[in-house]
Amino acid sequence: MSMDKKLQAIVEKLEKEFGVTVSEYRGDASLVLPAEKIVEVCQRMQSLGFEMLSALTAVDYWPEEQPRFHVIYEFTSVSQQLRLEIRVPVPGINPTVPTVSSIYRNANWRERELWDMFGIKAQGHPDLRRILMPADWEGHPLRKDYPLGYEEPQFTFNYDEINLRKPYAKN
Amino acid sequence: MSDIQEVSVDDLKHLVSDRAVKGETMLLNMGPQHPSTHGVLRLLLELDGETVINCIPDIGFLHTGVEKNMEAKTYQKAEVMSDRLDYMNPVGNNLAYSMAVEKLVDLDVPARAQALRVILAELTRVQSHLVWLGTAALDLAAMSMFLYCFREREYILDVMEMCSGQRMMTTYIRPGGLWRDVPVEFEAAVRDILKTFPKRIDQYEALLTRNPLMLDRTLGIGKLTGEECLNFGVTGPMLRASGVKWDLRKTQPYTGYEQYDFDVPTRTEGDVYARFLVRLEEMRQSLKIIGQALDKLPLGAVRSNNYKYVPPPRSDIGVSMEALIHHFKLWTEGFNVPKGSVYSAVESPRGELGVYLESDGGPKPYRIHWRTPSFDNLQSIPLMAKGVLVADLVAIIGSIDIVLGDVDR
Repeated sequence: MSMDKKLQAIVEKLEKEFGVTVSEYRGDASLVLPAEKIVEVCQRMQSLGFEMLSALTAVDYWPEEQPRFHVIYEFTSVSQQLRLEIRVPVPGINPTVPTVSSIYRNANWRERELWDMFGIKAQGHPDLRRILMPADWEGHPLRKDYPLGYEEPQFTFNYDEINLRKPYAKN
Repeated sequence: MSDIQEVSVDDLKHLVSDRAVKGETMLLNMGPQHPSTHGVLRLLLELDGETVINCIPDIGFLHTGVEKNMEAKTYQKAEVMSDRLDYMNPVGNNLAYSMAVEKLVDLDVPARAQALRVILAELTRVQSHLVWLGTAALDLAAMSMFLYCFREREYILDVMEMCSGQRMMTTYIRPGGLWRDVPVEFEAAVRDILKTFPKRIDQYEALLTRNPLMLDRTLGIGKLTGEECLNFGVTGPMLRASGVKWDLRKTQPYTGYEQYDFDVPTRTEGDVYARFLVRLEEMRQSLKIIGQALDKLPLGAVRSNNYKYVPPPRSDIGVSMEALIHHFKLWTEGFNVPKGSVYSAVESPRGELGVYLESDGGPKPYRIHWRTPSFDNLQSIPLMAKGVLVADLVAIIGSIDIVLGDVDR
């Protein structure tokens, strides 16, 4: 599979204007770009006919520190039937990306999810609260250094013992 | 758990109007335990009399940490969790997941498996739309629709049970094909559905499409334009009801949808009624696809013979040493997927269901993200709810067709 011709032209345009690095995998194009340029690029993407931000998520490469995260933006062009991925490397200490919620409005909740799950702050976000976890939750569950929790199975012989140290949902 | 958390307006000052802070308008919780929110959705409403001024959705009550859990399991085991995301569209979730894995390892899928995938995915679409029709009509006080729709849905669930042994959580579509071939009774059962369903859909139309009560409750309510939909990432029937002809089955065909002849119904009004019409027509088109796929269902294998990723047939294990080794390796350590990342999307009954899958070369997904359609569709509700009556808000929630398992993941 190779890249679509229309997509190739757009990728080349972005390459020239913003100096991004391009990689290709199984026919999908992926651009890597520094965090401070993302707002500019999003505006340009919209003018290039990418009307929709399909997905916004992140990957944690812990214990790697520079960069620890990749924030991933999946754009869709309905008019040209194209897809393009943009990856933004973010460091592990004080991770932030500028918000794009004023350009693509569904980025609002997606950036809240990013904060909730990865602790990556969207700078300038109008309403940065936790979205999926409870408001008083500590930690960011989708980070790789956050352990996968479990519940100890209670049997008759150790029921009371486990019940004592169980944080929530007694009985 | 003795502390009761008190939330004051101060935390939400930036979301409500000044009048709420002064106490001129009322703040009311709709949900999370409310019959018309289709699950555990909490809407914080700012009301002036019966008019909604602001609507603040609060989600996460059904958050199950599926993404985190899947990262801790091998590829085969992780798939079981995908059923539980959007429990109205389990086959579609399996399909999205399997397609992502297949794209990552470059697996081929036999033609028979492709056609069966299409049939099952479309049956699930009809099933999901039936549940939507029943519950959305129930919100508008059309009680009998609910009973009719659930009666019809049973036929489809029977087919699922016949194939996989499970009515809803099938895990029937696996990377590289299907779990096993469909039983001999399958074709007759699906033909039966194809014979009875068009008449039943006509009956629903007779009950609702020109019903004055239905028209009063839905016409011109919850309008969204095409641009607003795209900007909010709204996909699926909601987008098509706003005049944008975007259906991944047509625009980026997968599993052989390009072989079938079907229309993508669109409307231009973008209101609750238009969404109703689009979904009804979609059910007819799905039946049309199922009929075509069944007519030219090819014979042959339903699983890829790349035994590095797909378990060999049970009958081979007794006679072939290689098959035994492959089987043992697959069910103990799983299969290693080449390093890389893909995004693959399918058209679920609610819109674009995407899977972002990244592999570090090991037997477990390094990162899997579900781009679920309901999450973005629900996000447009504050826009639609501005200035409507509370009773109309119920109709709007119904028309989004949210599945909270899909929103919260």
